[in-house]
Amino acid sequence: MHKLWASTYKEFLLLTRDLGGLAILFLMPLVLLVVITLVQDSTFKTIKEVKIPILLVDQDNGTVSKNIGESLSESNSLEVIKKSSETEALKLVQKGDYQLAIIIPKDLSKDLGSKVTTNVDGILARFGLEEEDSVSTTTKIKPKEIRLYFDPATQQSFKSSIKNGIDKMISKIETKTIYKAFQEQLTEDASEIIFDTESFIIFTEIVPGGDKNPIPNSTQHNVPAWTLFAIFFIILPLSINMVKEKNQGTFIRLRTQPVSYATVLGGKTLVFLLVCLIQFSLMLLIGIYLFPLLGLPRLDVSGKLPLLYVTAFFAGLAAIGLGLLVGTVAKSQEQSAPFGATLVVILAALGGVWVPVFVMPPTMQLLSNISPMNWGLNAFYDVFLRNVGVSEIIPEISLLLGFFILSTLIAIIYYEQKNAV
Amino acid sequence: MIQIDQLSKKYKGADFYAVKDLSLIVHEKEIFGLLGPNGAGKTTLISMLSSLLKPTSGSFSINGLDFQESKNELKQHIGIVPQDYALYPSLTAFENLHYFGSMYGLKGDSLQEDIVSNLKTLGLYDFAHKRIRTFSGGMKRRINLIASILHEPKVLFLDEPTVGVDVQSKSVILEHLKNLNSKGTTIIYTSHHLNEAEHFCTRVAIIDHGKIVCKGIPQDLVVEQKGANNLEEVFLARTGKALRDYA
Repeated sequence: MHKLWASTYKEFLLLTRDLGGLAILFLMPLVLLVVITLVQDSTFKTIKEVKIPILLVDQDNGTVSKNIGESLSESNSLEVIKKSSETEALKLVQKGDYQLAIIIPKDLSKDLGSKVTTNVDGILARFGLEEEDSVSTTTKIKPKEIRLYFDPATQQSFKSSIKNGIDKMISKIETKTIYKAFQEQLTEDASEIIFDTESFIIFTEIVPGGDKNPIPNSTQHNVPAWTLFAIFFIILPLSINMVKEKNQGTFIRLRTQPVSYATVLGGKTLVFLLVCLIQFSLMLLIGIYLFPLLGLPRLDVSGKLPLLYVTAFFAGLAAIGLGLLVGTVAKSQEQSAPFGATLVVILAALGGVWVPVFVMPPTMQLLSNISPMNWGLNAFYDVFLRNVGVSEIIPEISLLLGFFILSTLIAIIYYEQKNAV
Repeated sequence: MIQIDQLSKKYKGADFYAVKDLSLIVHEKEIFGLLGPNGAGKTTLISMLSSLLKPTSGSFSINGLDFQESKNELKQHIGIVPQDYALYPSLTAFENLHYFGSMYGLKGDSLQEDIVSNLKTLGLYDFAHKRIRTFSGGMKRRINLIASILHEPKVLFLDEPTVGVDVQSKSVILEHLKNLNSKGTTIIYTSHHLNEAEHFCTRVAIIDHGKIVCKGIPQDLVVEQKGANNLEEVFLARTGKALRDYA
């Protein structure tokens, strides 16, 4: 125990003597968290608040184009700018000034009306409600083409949502026109309402848990993910610290002393775990106090702090275990630094820090289960967003603990094998 | 007593043995010098004896403790002064010594007193709380030595302990080592300073190509070697004048 305490104290001294390194160790993850959350929040606002300007060329000048224009303008996410020339709109999109130009073709309203009237007349005639001679002659109406010019840089998800939105609008207009045609055929009194044209299905967003679980904001989504990312970045300074000791020759001296490698690693674990927890506390403070000043939503940690620290503790252990392993195996800083950094990025990608696991291909979803960041992230989401109790996060924190034990054991066995005498 | 029996070491991928079937007995309280040209196998031998390298074959024991059976106990009995400064540059002299002393299980007031006493003897007491990175080469060598003797080892291995230091530091180091030896510490020491070895060691062995080419009391070796006036001439006569460059 005395040797462990001495090792811990030595690690503490080494860390605190490198003030520049210490500042980077604490500041960079905070900068990362703030920048990422600001970027993510602006993306969130792009969807929710900021309007994307689009061009509309109305060659139809009918009810349908009027309806489309109004629906688009009523949308919270789009600002409709009308242009008269398709060529001009195309040029503006090509230049990248606008992401989209919608060209509504000539006679769209007229031809849609004709098509609906023809179909309704045909149906009524089959039911014997229309005189044979009043049924208009069936003429083939050519399908209409609404042209959408997209900026090549436009994301596929935006394209799909616009196409689906316009398709939905046309269907709605078509349905209304059909109802109107039936109404005209079935009653002479225009004020008489035969059909209820209001939408039958409406959508309500509900988060399970009632009032206990408010709808999460961007901060509550980002803080857990990027805090975990920062915690795992401890791999870098830790592995570099170990490689430095090898290069300084101090590891060689330790090998000649009656002290186990586990004790040496124990000292590092305790100090770097403390660093992880301080780092985590700073991130929480940033989320609670700095984010509101930057116009970001405040991080809500009320009633969650004990479980958040439990999760951070075990996530820190897992990160340290991996750092110890990398530091044990690496022979130089040129090996440990790029490998450690790339490993963290890969684990973050696999763990769902950037792209949610559920949108990944099946193979990657399977692989995500082996990323300790995935376990940590799930535990953080459980605490932050789902308000669970300790029993619900036991599986995740057990995996994190198991990962720490396994990676540290591998590091010790590797060291013993490599230096066996 | 150190008893080495048919000890060999061949590095992975190497074409030849660094140490080959080397047998040697070093008696208690001896100051034994291991001399040889670059690549002769001196550091390899010391590394094996100080449990840093695994021998390819052979065995050794120190004070009756077998190197494989009593590994940890053996570590408590030996001290190693490595060729490179094995110290933390950002820690002070005192912090370095306190840490390495603690790793031998030393603690409390006795550890502090030992550190202070050694620092005083080696002229570093005034620099106890200065960081190692500010020290000169000679000062680092002296701290390097203290870090290895705090636990009062029965056997002390020194790999070129006076390389790159000024005459004053060298004198203090050798004086301190003689003092330790007079208190019962057996010293095994490697050096390229043959004049220093001739006067400092009670016995030497000249090693070349991993084997002992001659061993004995320095003065006797000089007498035995025809035409030699000092240990350096014995050395050249035994190992030749060809350059020894290995990669």
